[in-house]
Amino acid sequence: MATAIPIQTSSLSQRKSKRPLWRALLFLAPAVIVMMIFYFGPVLWTFYISFTNVALTGPTATHYQFTGLRNFQLMFGSGSFWQAVLISLWYFIGSALIGQTVLGLLLALLMQRANPVVRAAVGAVVIAAWVIPEIVKAFTWFAFLSQNGTLNTVLQSMGIANPPAWLFTQPLLAVIIANTWAGTAFSMMVYSAALSSVPNELIEAAKMDGATFWQVLFRIVLPVIKNSIMTNTILITLQTLGDFTLIYAMTGGGPGTQTSVLPVFMYQQAFSFYQLGYGSAISLILLLMGIIASLLYIRLLNVDL
Amino acid sequence: MTARVIISKGVINLILIVIGILFVVPLLWVITAAFSQNASLSVQWPQPFSLESFNQVLTASNGFAFLNSFYLSIGTAVATVLIATVAAYPLSRYQLRFKKPFLYTILFATGLPITAMMVPVYEVYNALGLVDSLFWTGTFLVASSLPFAIWMMKNFMDSVPTELEEAAWVDGASVLGSLLRVILPLMRPGLAAVGIFIFVGAWGNFFVPFVLIQSSNLDPAAVTIYQFFSEYGMVAYGQLAAYSILYTIPVVVLYIFSSRWLGGAFNFGGAVKG
Repeated sequence: MATAIPIQTSSLSQRKSKRPLWRALLFLAPAVIVMMIFYFGPVLWTFYISFTNVALTGPTATHYQFTGLRNFQLMFGSGSFWQAVLISLWYFIGSALIGQTVLGLLLALLMQRANPVVRAAVGAVVIAAWVIPEIVKAFTWFAFLSQNGTLNTVLQSMGIANPPAWLFTQPLLAVIIANTWAGTAFSMMVYSAALSSVPNELIEAAKMDGATFWQVLFRIVLPVIKNSIMTNTILITLQTLGDFTLIYAMTGGGPGTQTSVLPVFMYQQAFSFYQLGYGSAISLILLLMGIIASLLYIRLLNVDL
Repeated sequence: MTARVIISKGVINLILIVIGILFVVPLLWVITAAFSQNASLSVQWPQPFSLESFNQVLTASNGFAFLNSFYLSIGTAVATVLIATVAAYPLSRYQLRFKKPFLYTILFATGLPITAMMVPVYEVYNALGLVDSLFWTGTFLVASSLPFAIWMMKNFMDSVPTELEEAAWVDGASVLGSLLRVILPLMRPGLAAVGIFIFVGAWGNFFVPFVLIQSSNLDPAAVTIYQFFSEYGMVAYGQLAAYSILYTIPVVVLYIFSSRWLGGAFNFGGAVKG
């Protein structure tokens, strides 16, 4: 024991001498520099160029001017901007709120009581849809819903002579269903993990007292996993807010502008109509929505750092 | 078991099977079309069964697209893991006054939609002459992956006891030595989880290279596959499907590998609390 004491003190002094501030700064430097220049830099740059008339080509590509709030006046006065906001909202409500969260919760609840083989198989299929790259998901759904696609072939074989070209008649519904399919696995996994933390005794006790399935669900299960539901919803919100690839590759934002969610609208303004400044003003709105959702998320997570 | 319980179990399994079928049906086309000689947009039994589409897809230029993808994704994953590990060390082990605001900023940054940044990123890259380079495209991917990677890495590092590291110091190890030989081996699953996660994200990313890369010979597979689809009036569906399968394989293999081998390391790094 006597020899152990000096080792202890030397360890303590070592701890001090081995943790100088300069080393912390040195270790953090690469990350900070890369994030400053390539991540936070563009965010700040968004603020700046959204107040300019910078264009992709033409005279204002290099000699652009500060135009104050003009982009924002244009944006808030433009019918197509508000239409994009509305389309984004429908897309979000349909695919994220109703689709992914409800279907995810339903799957998680059903899987708790399912046969292990069924659970494993269905879980694998749902996760497979989530895992494959977004662009492949887009082609898959394009093929499935095309005029001569699988869905219509099935419908015809069932006796429906002229099924519609879904991507033209119901484009928004098509991308909502595709995104529900593409993202439900995440919610399912989150809810499965949360449900496994609900004490079984609580549910059994409630059942003994004669509670119905719905009473158990709404009075016990959902309140216990409330935090998971909220954090999951915010994570999905953030993800849905930035969705571009699935919609762009499935419909190109069309037909017309029927599926032009904000990111697609932003891309078109910036790179098809060459208005980078205007596109940045739209970016700024998207970023602000992201910032609000991120702050809510941190608040809900209630992390100890 | 009462009859009622058996029936309700049966109904539950039946509903799940139906949902599973609904999930798998859209995917069937990719597989049948890839192996079919005259693929259309609809699912049909590959008749005659043929590997011709794969053969046609395996061209030199498509091979380069895959090499571009590997370069971009492996480079992004390795650089992110390296930088994030080094950054996580002081965040896990030091008592720093700026630690809390720094970590909050990191956590906050994980949520920002990258899509919203692409217009200004293009502007910045254009001004600095960085557009049309795989290296600089990867640099943006590294920068945007770092917040999440640092956050996860710090959490993994927190679970390695400080005493082990201090014991190594007593034995004469340097800080870097103890980090490399004591801490990192113990958080190998964490390192792999972060690396795989970043790789998969970069591999599947379409929008970033779509905006930042202009020369078609530099495009990664995520972008060439799209051109495949839009440039020709008459799409060769069999080839598109075959290409999709080849492009998806690395990601699926990594997910299977990671869920088997890493198990619990993939808990979203505490992203969602119960």
